[in-house]
Amino acid sequence: MSEDNKLLKEIMSGSPLRITLSVLLGFIIGSIFMAVFNENVVATYASFFSSPGTTFQVAGQTIVDGYVALFNGSIINLSADNPVSMFRPITETLRLAAPLIMAGLGVALGFRVGLFNVGGTGQLIMGLLGATWISTRFDLPWGLHMVVALIVAIIFAGATGGLVGFLKAKTGAHEVIVTIMLNYVAIDLFTFFLRTPSLLLEHGGGGNPKSDPPALTAQFPRLLGDSFGLNIGIILAIVAAVVYWWLMERSTIGYRFRMVGHNANAARAAGISVERTYVWAMAASAAFIGLAAANQGLSATSGLTSSIHANIGFDAITVALLGGSRARGVVVAGLVFGAFKAGSPTMQILGVSPEVLGIVQALIVLFIAAPPLIRAIFRLPKAEVK
Amino acid sequence: MSKLEVTPGMFSNAEVRPSWKTSIVLGAFSLLVLFAFGFFGKPGDVTYNLSNKGDIFSVPDIVVASTFANIVFGSLMLAITAISVWRTIQGKRTPSWLTLIAGLIGATALLGWLAAGNTVPVSFILGSAIVLAVPIILGGLGGLMSERVGVVNIAIEGQLLTGAFMAAVVGTVTHNLWFGLIAAMVASAILSMALASLAIKYLVDQIIIGVLINVLVIGITNFLYSQWLASAGEEANFPGTFDIISIPYLSGLPIIGPALFEARITVYLTFILVPLVWFVLFRTKLGLRARAVGEHPTAADTVGINVGRTRFWWVTIGGAIAGLGGAALTIGNVGAFGREMSGGLGFIALAVVILGRWQPFYVSAAALLFGFAIILRVWANGVAPGIPTDFITMVPYLVTLIAVAGFAGKVRAPAASGQPYIKG
Repeated sequence: MSEDNKLLKEIMSGSPLRITLSVLLGFIIGSIFMAVFNENVVATYASFFSSPGTTFQVAGQTIVDGYVALFNGSIINLSADNPVSMFRPITETLRLAAPLIMAGLGVALGFRVGLFNVGGTGQLIMGLLGATWISTRFDLPWGLHMVVALIVAIIFAGATGGLVGFLKAKTGAHEVIVTIMLNYVAIDLFTFFLRTPSLLLEHGGGGNPKSDPPALTAQFPRLLGDSFGLNIGIILAIVAAVVYWWLMERSTIGYRFRMVGHNANAARAAGISVERTYVWAMAASAAFIGLAAANQGLSATSGLTSSIHANIGFDAITVALLGGSRARGVVVAGLVFGAFKAGSPTMQILGVSPEVLGIVQALIVLFIAAPPLIRAIFRLPKAEVK
Repeated sequence: MSKLEVTPGMFSNAEVRPSWKTSIVLGAFSLLVLFAFGFFGKPGDVTYNLSNKGDIFSVPDIVVASTFANIVFGSLMLAITAISVWRTIQGKRTPSWLTLIAGLIGATALLGWLAAGNTVPVSFILGSAIVLAVPIILGGLGGLMSERVGVVNIAIEGQLLTGAFMAAVVGTVTHNLWFGLIAAMVASAILSMALASLAIKYLVDQIIIGVLINVLVIGITNFLYSQWLASAGEEANFPGTFDIISIPYLSGLPIIGPALFEARITVYLTFILVPLVWFVLFRTKLGLRARAVGEHPTAADTVGINVGRTRFWWVTIGGAIAGLGGAALTIGNVGAFGREMSGGLGFIALAVVILGRWQPFYVSAAALLFGFAIILRVWANGVAPGIPTDFITMVPYLVTLIAVAGFAGKVRAPAASGQPYIKG
């Protein structure tokens, strides 16, 4: 076993102490960004040398306000005067976490087979194309309509992923390049569909590439009535996580996936077709992302544009890395980043740019993915890896 | 337990025997031009505008029937296909420059088809394509230098964005664009040092670290943009651009004059850097050592080359060049920083490195293809409304896909690219 393998194992296993330190450090550095560039703090710089205390006080206040706003916006709004607005934040977190969990599971599956699926965006868009096609151009009874749209989204995305796996298996083209190129192709294709009246352009629509809203029969049912946006997406995400766990930890095909990821040469020697495994693994990885596509396409209540992919394909990479590619970890990571998304508007109102959470998010995963870095910062002893 | 497979020839299989794929792809494109643009093309005359009014050597516009021109172009491409077929039968490879010429003819045919009944401003399109290609070329050079020594650089996007941001902000604050340019290169070089040391010293997976650096830079620049630049645009994000320098006499040449010799300093620096990187890489001892490190680090180490140090400096200097590419986006073209303004150019640069087979000149040619596609979309919307431009934009990505998958037989990455070197 090479040094390289040990390190990757270390990344994926992730000791609780290191994860805690990574999260902590991410938030601390995020706080610094938050404070240093805040308008109120900047206003005190002129008098910094005469009264440095003021600067630090204002800075501290900004950080506290920022994180309180994040909490209020993503967990429970403590300053709300009615139960609906009090508990809406946590439901928003769940709603926004759902697609991140689904897509995160997809990327995680790739990681465990030794494939890096950077094509989340493209696969998501292809899934959206399928979901939107069914949900706006077909008349089906309630329930069935949604299920068909969901399955078509999964098939479209899965086929896109399978194509990547096929190209890798047949020609040796690296999946990173192929998926990045397919991202652009998919966006252009979707825009073309949205632009064309006979395909997906909204009825009576103008020049903007935009679809009709999904038919009422195809929309995801809401869980808690109309005052909450939460829909069955989060339940589907949990189901997907259970399926992922069973597939990867209990099924024969999952065993093959893991074996190829562990050591492709050994797997080949044991009689597993590595090429075929790549095709199926990419298809499976993309199928989870297709579920996220259905979530995006069918929980919308207005017409879709190509920006509906909301960068979930890329966020899913950080979710998978933070979650250590395990079902439970991905769910937790998805919830954390979902909370970040839910809390953003509340922070914006306070004048703290929620973009700071993007920095925190990137830093946390960076520290987790680079164990030596966090060890060097905190002078931890080198972990024993079995 | 999961493992990211990092294999020799990171992005494509290594094989050297000539394959039929080149001929087949060439043939398909030739027939497309001959029939879709030629025999069944759009009626109407097309005017190829070859020189500006003030040029020293004024060349008259060429007016020709669009369909006729494209039948000629299609036939020329078929002739090149025939050469390719003949060479493959003989067991020889089709030279890259021949493929490039076929591509150029195909692009001209596309222009003629789009502009039937209209004018093609050849030097304007060429010039714009070059300006748009500069960040891709420089990003590609950075990526190439890094991969040649065996470090996969996915972080080109982050390097471009860093360069663009620093050039705009430092250029504005110091009121000196040269400081902006230097700041862009230095900041991007520092970022690359982080990438290099994590990859070389701490052996963190190079692809993961590259992706995360991108995410981090996007996060930081987005935050600084919305929290600072958006409200303080005048003081922090208003650098202006470098002046356009006309080179006497040369800028008066038809077609290439206005395109190549009436440009900003960033374009000229690119013209210098491409041959320079090629020269250092293939004609100096320094370059030989670098390539040795990228192909066979153990052998390089045995003869006394410091693998880690070589990798570190090549990645760092490559990063500085990519940072210059970022500066070209702001102070070399638009004149201000915008959110995520690199918009995926870094990923395109990554593809261009492979498309150009890790050779500076071919990388630049491939980057030009993308620059051409960007300007084509803008121009085609004006001249030929109703043509689905989405498909035109798609072309370079599809070409990259075909190249990576189809031409894989001929692409060979530096053997140790992506592999950490552990002295054993």
